[in-house]
Amino acid sequence: MRYGLLTAAFALSSALHASAYAAELEVTHWWTSGGEAAAVAEFAKAFDASGHKWIDGAVGGGGPTARTVFVSRLTGGDPMGATQFNHGRQAEELVEAGLMRDLTDIATEDKWLEVINPPTLLDGCTVDGKIYCVPINIHSWQWLWLSHKAFEDVGLPVPKNWDEFVAAAPKLREAGKLPLALGSQPWQSAGLFQVLMASLGGPEIFNKVYGDKDAEAAAGEEIKRVFAAAGDAREMAKGSNVQDWNQATNLVITGQAGGQVMGDWAQGDFQVAGQVAGKDYSCLPGLGVNEVIATGGDAFYFPVLKDEEKSKAQIDLARLMLSPEVQVAFNLKKGSLPVRGDIDLNAANDCMKKGLEILAAGKTVPAPEQLLSQDTITQINDLMVEFFSSEMSEADAQTRFADIIAGAD
Amino acid sequence: MTGQSRPNRLLRNLSAKIASIPMVLTALCVFVGGTIWTVVYSFTDSRLLPRLRFVGLDQYERLWRTPRWLISIENLAIFGTLSLIFSLAIGFLLAALLDQKIRFENTFRTIFLYPFALSFIVTGLVWQWLLNPDFGVQGLVRSWGWESFTFDPLYNQDIVIYGILIAALWQGTGLVMCIMLAGLRGIDEDIWKAARVDGIPMWKTYLFIVIPMMRPVFITALVLIASGIVRVYDLVVAQTGGGPGISSEVPAKYVYNMMFEAQNLGQGFAASTMMLLSVLIVLIPWAYLEFGGRKRHG
Repeated sequence: MRYGLLTAAFALSSALHASAYAAELEVTHWWTSGGEAAAVAEFAKAFDASGHKWIDGAVGGGGPTARTVFVSRLTGGDPMGATQFNHGRQAEELVEAGLMRDLTDIATEDKWLEVINPPTLLDGCTVDGKIYCVPINIHSWQWLWLSHKAFEDVGLPVPKNWDEFVAAAPKLREAGKLPLALGSQPWQSAGLFQVLMASLGGPEIFNKVYGDKDAEAAAGEEIKRVFAAAGDAREMAKGSNVQDWNQATNLVITGQAGGQVMGDWAQGDFQVAGQVAGKDYSCLPGLGVNEVIATGGDAFYFPVLKDEEKSKAQIDLARLMLSPEVQVAFNLKKGSLPVRGDIDLNAANDCMKKGLEILAAGKTVPAPEQLLSQDTITQINDLMVEFFSSEMSEADAQTRFADIIAGAD
Repeated sequence: MTGQSRPNRLLRNLSAKIASIPMVLTALCVFVGGTIWTVVYSFTDSRLLPRLRFVGLDQYERLWRTPRWLISIENLAIFGTLSLIFSLAIGFLLAALLDQKIRFENTFRTIFLYPFALSFIVTGLVWQWLLNPDFGVQGLVRSWGWESFTFDPLYNQDIVIYGILIAALWQGTGLVMCIMLAGLRGIDEDIWKAARVDGIPMWKTYLFIVIPMMRPVFITALVLIASGIVRVYDLVVAQTGGGPGISSEVPAKYVYNMMFEAQNLGQGFAASTMMLLSVLIVLIPWAYLEFGGRKRHG
């Protein structure tokens, strides 16, 4: 299946290159679920309206799979018009190799430093003082999505925080429901873990371990609690046989599962399913323990192109992505937070408003993608996959985690 | 033959040798050159893009500390040994059965060889469904009334590699059978007659006369199977994706993940160099025995 998508993507891209219309721009991304596709369609609509043509280059299979395709196309000398990455260190070496276009001029002209909020977002796009990407949204992982239906069915109130959720798990299990939905792709269990890190460990310890790579802290008491919670989560997710995150979200939407720890992109899917925040589902930022959100997110990079028409179209697209109207339209569909502090988001639902409040209060942590290299992240992912699929003891896992942090870069 | 004076070996079939020069150059530059390049860069700390900053054996030290690599090696060892034994055994058995001058031989041969026409990806998906506890074999047997029947290798960490083995055997034995059949047909009819005159039972004839005579055929089959084992990748990706957890990881998949997903070329190169090394360890003694030995006879 994965191969099918890859070949389809390759076939598509090569077909597109055969016909070179002046202002056609191929944009590659990994947004394929319902809510995501609806959001990216907003970009396409606005870009088409500006006289250019958006060629959609969606690659399925999740971020890691898609990034592999992007990187091999870029290093193989077949650049697309624009491509998604998470801002941070994922594209660092591509930038250093001179494959990405320097956007500093446009950024100064349009005063990105002033409009983008929080300003730290631009740090993820900056290499050696030059700006190479356009951050388009803020995505935070630290959300617990709870199905009201599932808890009504077993006659329990909807939990207010992680501990209540853990306490409610046995009842859900008895009623034949899955307490915690968790897709089996590696990045999902790794994401769950870093949510536990930020929420139960708190921002301070999060920065110490991921930011300062402090192996002693990683072996310490606070992280022990995080691993204990990961053990609870493993117990609660037993019997979860789905692969993709949106399949897991669907279990929550239909009330077959009690809850899911997933980033705010899950909200788009609740919306597509016609669910109302606060009535059909609840969202707890920071698992209801520490209300922090990580300011990771998506950004678009523009590879260096030879075609002048296309290079011009790239600038138009970069400006368009940051324009207030498109920011609102896109982020409402996507369920993510806008990167501009100066726009009005009245149409936002309860969950997004909670996120905006936390953002305004400055209770944020950087995303691991901004702090750690892709290599270290893969190592942590591998450990979490192994932990969540086996009976590995929490203490063993923590020892290995501390080892990874000791060798992290 | 021995009495004739032989022309200079080098000048024999000169035109054929000239014609093969491009291929020789390709092999040298692309295969040997690429191999050397990979080995050299495995001693560097290359990340997303290759760079020459040497770090000694660091990549190898890390490789052999990584549980995922160790599991991969263990899986490959189990998978390799069993698939070698079973491919040869089942392949030979099928060939010997087909060789009994049975009816519809062509039909059977086609049926057995058919899976080989499918790619590993298709094979993997087919067997993923067949081994799915809800829709596959387990579901079928349970629907017949045996409610407690359990057969879900792909969802059980301890036996997942055998689930992959089943699919690999299903796909690969047909080819081995065909090669063996060709070998059996190449045995002179007179040998069988002589064995029958001497009153040697059929199984003994196979075991002690026919099989030793089929040595070249076995070696061909062995090389084909072995090369398939070392590069097993697509089957795992299609069938389990390395899961559950990391219990069905294989070395080739580790190399791919390291190079492209973890953006750590150095680590990927180190792993692929280890794969090359393991192949060489098997190949060199064999090549020495095979080709070194023949020269003495010649």
